[in-house]
Amino acid sequence: MANQGYQHVICDPAKCIGCRICEYVCSATKTGNFDPNLSRIRVVRIEPVAMTAITCRLCADAPCITACPRDALSRSEKNGIILVDTDKCDGCGWCVEACDFGAIVLNPVTRNAEICNLCEEQADGPQCVKFCPKDALTLATPEVLRQQARREVVASLFEELLAED
Amino acid sequence: MYSYSGRILHVDLTTQRTRVQQVSAEFLKTYLGGVGLATRLVYDNVPKGCDPLGPDNALCFACSAFAGTTMPVGTKHGVASKSPLTGFIGDSLSGSHFSEMIRRAGWDGLVIKGAAPEWSVLFIDDDDVHFLDASPFMGMETIKAQQAIRRKLGDENVRVSAIGPAGENLVRYATIDNDGRQVGRTGNGTVMGSKKLKAIAIRGTKPITVADMDGLLKESLKLIKITQGPGTQKYRILGTAENVLTMNAMGTLPTRNARETTFEFAEKVSGEYLHEHFTIKAVGCAGCSIACEQWATVKEGKYKGAIAGLDYESLYALGPNCGMSELPPVIRLSQRCDELGIDTISTGVVVSWAMECYEQGILSQEDCDGLDLRFGNDEAAIALVEKIAKREGIGDLLAEGSKRASEKVGKGSEHFAMQIKGLEMPGYDVRGLKTFAMGLAVGTRGACHNRSLAYEVDVKGVVDRLTVGPGRGKLARDKEDFAAVLDSLVLCKFLRRCFDDFFPDVARIYTMVTGIPMTAEELQAVGERVWNLKKAFNIREGWTKADDWLPGRALHDPQPSGPGKGVYVTEDELRMMIDDYYQARGWTPEGLIPKCKLIELGLDDIAEDVGVDDGMMAIPTGVEVPASEEAR
Repeated sequence: MANQGYQHVICDPAKCIGCRICEYVCSATKTGNFDPNLSRIRVVRIEPVAMTAITCRLCADAPCITACPRDALSRSEKNGIILVDTDKCDGCGWCVEACDFGAIVLNPVTRNAEICNLCEEQADGPQCVKFCPKDALTLATPEVLRQQARREVVASLFEELLAED
Repeated sequence: MYSYSGRILHVDLTTQRTRVQQVSAEFLKTYLGGVGLATRLVYDNVPKGCDPLGPDNALCFACSAFAGTTMPVGTKHGVASKSPLTGFIGDSLSGSHFSEMIRRAGWDGLVIKGAAPEWSVLFIDDDDVHFLDASPFMGMETIKAQQAIRRKLGDENVRVSAIGPAGENLVRYATIDNDGRQVGRTGNGTVMGSKKLKAIAIRGTKPITVADMDGLLKESLKLIKITQGPGTQKYRILGTAENVLTMNAMGTLPTRNARETTFEFAEKVSGEYLHEHFTIKAVGCAGCSIACEQWATVKEGKYKGAIAGLDYESLYALGPNCGMSELPPVIRLSQRCDELGIDTISTGVVVSWAMECYEQGILSQEDCDGLDLRFGNDEAAIALVEKIAKREGIGDLLAEGSKRASEKVGKGSEHFAMQIKGLEMPGYDVRGLKTFAMGLAVGTRGACHNRSLAYEVDVKGVVDRLTVGPGRGKLARDKEDFAAVLDSLVLCKFLRRCFDDFFPDVARIYTMVTGIPMTAEELQAVGERVWNLKKAFNIREGWTKADDWLPGRALHDPQPSGPGKGVYVTEDELRMMIDDYYQARGWTPEGLIPKCKLIELGLDDIAEDVGVDDGMMAIPTGVEVPASEEAR
């Protein structure tokens, strides 16, 4: 498992339409309301046509864990998600600064850092993936993505040959 | 009450004072939101007979109860005011992130009155309202202004609605742009400009609560999946530009200012050609699972770098209608209209009217500032659009819209000014779509395909589109009422084929969201109520039966080619259909609304304003009656 990298939610920018339904459903799942400021996945659009969704990438050497002065962040051995110890976390925001992807939310009410946990409490996994209208979001490991990319490039090289089959 | 906040923000730009209007669940259920609520706000806040470009006009925004939720394609908002183009109700819709942000700031609607002493940006920061100096943003194009205001406020979460140079210069068909979507028709951007309001910036940090989250998520997921199916295929794959070849084959593609109705270069400007050669990406509004907006770029040639989200109406108006035989200039024209902040449809039809004037010798090359305004001259068309936005030279005349411009120029040019009530025509030649001809003629905001969906019965062959017959009035009425329900909820029309049984299904979801009990019958009734409300506003502002009429060309010039060659709408045909329609509406033969009708629709206070005495109902249709003295 570890040498394949952890599964995380990945967005294909070619498929993303910028609708932000992932933000709506994430906040609904986590807070019971539609509150995109508390969504753990966020869509970024640079007008007019550049857009994609970003959430925790479960970095192999996660800088947020290192940055936390209170040792409130740790990695789950089960699935690699970043666990937040809510007793230790006081919302100082060092982890937010450390994250290159802006993937960590500071909840102003609970005063805790909140990070994508792949909806591990949900029987059917990440709700953003489930609701994404264009299947732009997938749950995958970097190794699976590498495999897909290799297959696609080879398939395109041999397009005519494969079509004759 | 869930989802709704029950609060309308009133802003007076003259005095910089604000107040909060509390509205009840019952009131919101009566008008829903969007166009319905915005129209009610206009009716209540615009004094009778007010100058559309004066400070008394009210620019009203109204949200959707679905905006910012997972209910797909419901994140939209309506904007209405008294239109500077028509003098009647100017109701328009836009969608996307701004629609959501008004609600997250805790508002169901905004009513903006007065006029700022200096150009301003209104910044609504949850409950706080700030009036900012707009001078750093003046002259900026729509999207650039939005970006600059976000940068100035230092928060990418701020959403902005802005006017472009055309709105600043009071071009009568200026748009309000948010997130690259437009409040497009009837000149709401002009009203905003008349108030010296460059932009409205909003930051909302409040959660949107719903009554039954589990239920809503289940329904939403089901709809998100359905919207990837056959009911929306047209919008997802080619977008509405698919209509080019369909309309051309039917001989209803208005070409060269509707002088012709088939276009010899249709293939080269078709949705298919666009998709194959120019489309780079489909983009959705916020909360939209369909993504109809096909962004197209030009990769080579003199329009290299042109980029626009092109839909059928923009494509028709700026393309075949102006005789453009290729897509690159059409993409550039559409881009410039969006950036300058003018309605693509009105602009295209105004330009095509000028081109026909030029070809007929009514306008000389000198009149046109030296431009060679032949149909199909792409460079001249682009130059003209820039002039319109700046009100420079001939652009000053054309900025008035085709109705006023043709009245001023005269010499028979009124005959081919393709407008109704002052609003320029959409991309369906009505001579070959006769139910729709009447639908457009009676439209409360003028010639609009989004308010009357009557073209559906013609295009789908429910009736013979080239002839008229009894029953068209009822067909048109039902399509109007359905559109009014969608426009008020707000749900995008492209979702309309995604339900098993629209009214019960949507009524149920509405209750899940708002907690307000709603039956299918009650929901359906909103359509008729809102339509009558719009009509009542028009009557109050001086509407007469003569306003429900078609341009001369549709009534007298036979279609020159195509399957409908030789066809046109006769005055008798139009009169018969309009009479039939008024009767189906339960209106008087003069098109006025009986008091009892307004009371039946729950518009009792409006019945007092504009309703005619119930005795009028007894007069059979077709009998000439004197104009009612009861109409106040």
